[in-house]
Amino acid sequence: MVKPLLELRGVNKSFGVVHVLHDVDFAVYPGQVTALVGDNGAGKSTLVKIIAGIYGRDSGDYYFEGEKVEVHGPRDVSALGVEVVYQDLALCDNLDIVENMFLGREETSRFGLDEITMESRARETLASLSVRTVKSVRQSVASLSGGQRQTVAIAKAVLWNSKVVLLDEPTAALGVAQTRQVLDLVRRLADRGLGVVLISHNMGDVFEVADRITALYLGRVAADVPAKDVTHSQVVELITAGRSGDLGIAENPSTATV
Amino acid sequence: MTVGSDTQPAAAPSGFDSDNRQAASIRDSARDYVDRLRGGDMGSLPAILGLVFLFIVFSSLHDRFLTTYNMANLVIQAGSIIVLAMGIVFVLLLGEIDLSAGVAGGASATIIALMLIDYDWTWWAATLAGIATGAVIGLAIGSLVAFLGIPSFVVTLAFFLALQAIPLKLIGSGGSLRFNDTVLRGLSIKNVPLTAGWIAAVLIVLAFAALSLWRYRSLSARGLVHQPLGLVVIKIAVLAVVVLGVTALLSANRAPNPDLFEISGIPWVLPVVVALLLFWTFILGKTRFGRHLYAVGGNAEAARRAGISVTRIKIAAFIICSSMAAISGLLAASYTGKVSPGSGGGNELLYAVGAAVIGGTSLFGGRGRAIDAVIGGLVIATIPNGLGLLNQASYINFLVTGGVLLLAASVDAISRRRRSAAGV
Repeated sequence: MVKPLLELRGVNKSFGVVHVLHDVDFAVYPGQVTALVGDNGAGKSTLVKIIAGIYGRDSGDYYFEGEKVEVHGPRDVSALGVEVVYQDLALCDNLDIVENMFLGREETSRFGLDEITMESRARETLASLSVRTVKSVRQSVASLSGGQRQTVAIAKAVLWNSKVVLLDEPTAALGVAQTRQVLDLVRRLADRGLGVVLISHNMGDVFEVADRITALYLGRVAADVPAKDVTHSQVVELITAGRSGDLGIAENPSTATV
Repeated sequence: MTVGSDTQPAAAPSGFDSDNRQAASIRDSARDYVDRLRGGDMGSLPAILGLVFLFIVFSSLHDRFLTTYNMANLVIQAGSIIVLAMGIVFVLLLGEIDLSAGVAGGASATIIALMLIDYDWTWWAATLAGIATGAVIGLAIGSLVAFLGIPSFVVTLAFFLALQAIPLKLIGSGGSLRFNDTVLRGLSIKNVPLTAGWIAAVLIVLAFAALSLWRYRSLSARGLVHQPLGLVVIKIAVLAVVVLGVTALLSANRAPNPDLFEISGIPWVLPVVVALLLFWTFILGKTRFGRHLYAVGGNAEAARRAGISVTRIKIAAFIICSSMAAISGLLAASYTGKVSPGSGGGNELLYAVGAAVIGGTSLFGGRGRAIDAVIGGLVIATIPNGLGLLNQASYINFLVTGGVLLLAASVDAISRRRRSAAGV
């Protein structure tokens, strides 16, 4: 079996008295789309924020390319080559596409910001992803549609030669055609050899692009299975009840003490 | 004007065809501009229109308004407002406010005057002490806002009250400190030698032209987004007319009795303002720090996730604001020739906020430039200047200035609404 690019082992996280994640193991493989599914409050967003370095871990280890690493913030994580594309997109409306793609990692020359290099590289990246819908790379992000914004956010991850890209509900607010574009883009990222994590509520999207499915139920991993081995309804059961047939958590964790 | 559109980079064969690299002609650029205006992206246009309007009104009401003597006065009066407004732009960019900037300027000016009078410091050492005072005030405000998360409105309101104690304690109520250092007082009452003024003006125009054309060439050669050559030339021409025109105006003898004595040359305040304008324009537009300021103002959470230290940026903005307030306080003292306990506690702050907002800086954060402060500052300074000539009661001055501030804020709010509707 391929070695995981990124792996979390035995992660626990509490906010005050609320125990949000219980001994969570999570792995991302190169060239595969791993879907992270779970109901609201299952701990998906918390897990993503721990991977992104925004939250610390109470316990558990963070492995990258087989090595144990210490991460202390978003900068450490992006230095590893892990990029997160957030649900609310984390783009600055008042900046243009190029400025957003390079935000926090601007290229500079002796005379200040190197706009020429930045615009050229942004343009190459968008072209290599076959992005056709953007009018100009110098238009402000406020003028983009939801799908275009998602595209920009994903292109930003590609621009930085990321090895792992996490997409938080990338199609949640999109129409049919735009969802199509984004899913194509997700597949292309994995075909380039990146490890892609897709967090989604939409089972149609998940089964269309995912290679593996990791289901969270009340802060525990209910199952981590290849997508082709499970059916739509099995995944729904894993999400809603934590178990499905011989898959899932043995006892019902909701009765366990929190 | 099709340069560049045929030099596609070889790496981009797949799609991206409809990508605009430039507005094809000046007419297209003009249409883009009108579209942006309709979409609520007004920039400095309201300020320029306001300035033209005020000039027409005042010059038709009073024949001395348009004299070169009064124009030079206007420049000197506008200096301290513009500098304070430039500082305010930095906190407005983050969507914050600094109500204490005016009195921070007064407190810093008091320190400068005391250093000059009581300790015989030379002018630049005293000035540095004043700017350091401002920086310390800004550091305190910024830390309270960034670390404790107190709304800047409340923190700076507290500082507005507390900082007035500094000049009152140091000067004593009813007293005042003279401000007659030859260099510092000279900023307002002395002029740049004529030749030096002309050389500087020509150099600025040439440098701007060279930079614009170099930028046009390197962008179009690489097939990147750029303005049409015609527009670049028009911008250079406009700048040349403004810079050389102002220099010519101020180089003429403007003494009320030209036969008896001569007053001519650019007041020293102007080069100070221009230097600050160039410096902050560079910082805002061409450095990572400037880019991060805009990012934090546009979406602080996005900036934080991009690895930008929002705390550091906020503190830096307040330090810049209060340091600029110190320079503004210095210019105000230089203009009046004294520092009194009330310095900076009057209209200064609201004038400066008004100037920044009229110039096109948004009260909601994320939008603003150093030049906004200059254009807006001229508008604000024109009002008391013109009303003063007309011998109006001072209540009219308050009414008009308050009205202008309200108008500017309304334009800002409305254009923001239109922007979010039009998505510009």
